[in-house]
Amino acid sequence: MSVTRAEVAAVACAELFRGDGEILVSPMGLLPSIGARLARLTFEPDLLLTNGEAYLVDTDGTIEGWQPFRKVLDTVVPHGKRHVVMGANQVSRHGDQNISAIGDHDRPVKQLLGVRGGPGNTVNHRTSYWVPRHGKRVFVSEVDIVSGVGYRQAKGFPFHDVHRVVTNLAVLDFGGPDHTMRLVSTHPGVSVDEVCANTSFELHTEGVTETREPTGEELRLLREVVDPKGHREREVPS
Amino acid sequence: MPDKRTTPDEIVAELSDGMTIGIGGWGSRRKPMALVRALLRSPVKDLTVVSYGGPDVGLLASAGKIRRLVFGFVTLDSIPFDPWFSRVREQGAIEVTEYDEGVFGTALSAAAQRLPFLPTRAGLGSAVMDLNPHLRSVRSPYDDGEELLAVPALKLDAALIHLNRADARGNAQYLGPDPYFDELFALASARTFVSVEKIVDTAELTAGGPVQSLLLNRSSVDGVAETPKGAHFTTAAPDYGRDERFQRHYAESAKDLDKWPAFADRFLSGDEQRYQDEVAKFTEEAA
Repeated sequence: MSVTRAEVAAVACAELFRGDGEILVSPMGLLPSIGARLARLTFEPDLLLTNGEAYLVDTDGTIEGWQPFRKVLDTVVPHGKRHVVMGANQVSRHGDQNISAIGDHDRPVKQLLGVRGGPGNTVNHRTSYWVPRHGKRVFVSEVDIVSGVGYRQAKGFPFHDVHRVVTNLAVLDFGGPDHTMRLVSTHPGVSVDEVCANTSFELHTEGVTETREPTGEELRLLREVVDPKGHREREVPS
Repeated sequence: MPDKRTTPDEIVAELSDGMTIGIGGWGSRRKPMALVRALLRSPVKDLTVVSYGGPDVGLLASAGKIRRLVFGFVTLDSIPFDPWFSRVREQGAIEVTEYDEGVFGTALSAAAQRLPFLPTRAGLGSAVMDLNPHLRSVRSPYDDGEELLAVPALKLDAALIHLNRADARGNAQYLGPDPYFDELFALASARTFVSVEKIVDTAELTAGGPVQSLLLNRSSVDGVAETPKGAHFTTAAPDYGRDERFQRHYAESAKDLDKWPAFADRFLSGDEQRYQDEVAKFTEEAA
């Protein structure tokens, strides 16, 4: 079986956590969760994982800590030893993110979740985003409502650290001029042009590489241990 | 020794139009749904609802009870969006104060500590500042000089909370893994009403769980109502989990205005016993 796009994306999500060490990772959504567990099982064995509820868990589900929502907001987020990967209904060139609502806030065209923890996460610790369908409606020049704080508003904020955006097509960061979005790598089979054509604003595209494929051991872990039922293929169809 | 046992309808009779009501729980988890259903049956209106929102918000919105919502999110957890909340927002039918989850908790903490405000970093640079022009910032008086958000205290007239056990005096206990923000709601509020799965003798509280599970002591509880399955269809672990099938039925009914009256007639037009009886029948039919 050849490597699928979902498996490349899972490894790109795992790579978000490279170098994070003994910190809490909070991956929202399927692919980031798969990526976090893969990283924990391979190159970042000290990561702390949650079960999405009040428990810190080992990869086999053994409980190793108690972390209710209140503790997360009172201490874990401000303390900053955390890397969250959030979804994004909109992301801008400067790293603003929106999960609150589309359109005018007084009377939105589409009500979404609300800002949730985005404002606090982005000013307190490292934050990345996962976008399963890279398209112009997501990658917009300006988001409608700033949930996650981008680089323009964050000048002088001591702990602002928006790290990367992983999508079904590519990996991006904010290494362009004035912290604008830069295309880091495209997934195998995806061209730079295809990514640019699905983005509403200009991307910095110097030195783009190809997203690495999973190693044999990573593939085995993905297919046999982390996601044996293949849920990843539904989120990122090949 | 005061006996604070009461009923959902008596609790709701203590509430009045225009009040600011805090609702405990988180998303579609341990919501005081029997108290919410009692509110739906009552004439009380124009509420400011303060909630880490789940179907409590959707149901109260469906009945036009909410004038203003203070929230950081509204979600059914296993279903991302509550259709009634989406509808009233997209119609511009309710006013909102949208905070970051942490800012929301900080606002309750300030009220609980009887402080005018508490500082936080969360919210700075985001839409929370633009959408809430009443918010002010404050500069650290120490050497760092950092500019922070001064979150104003969020005082509640009444808090509605659902826990697992309580005694008749109002000492109340959670047995699940997460206390959520329930004791903050209680301390931020002038009055607190708790519904529980079961009222037990005081000695049974520590027989049934560690002493740390006694979340609220009676000094901050004004009334306690026994409401078995009172959090349905949200979770009340370990007594029961979320009724996913019923939640899907709620969401599908709420999504379609042609289907909603049948749901409301069957489940919301009678008293709590009728609701629980109809849910039992619904479960049998679906099995």
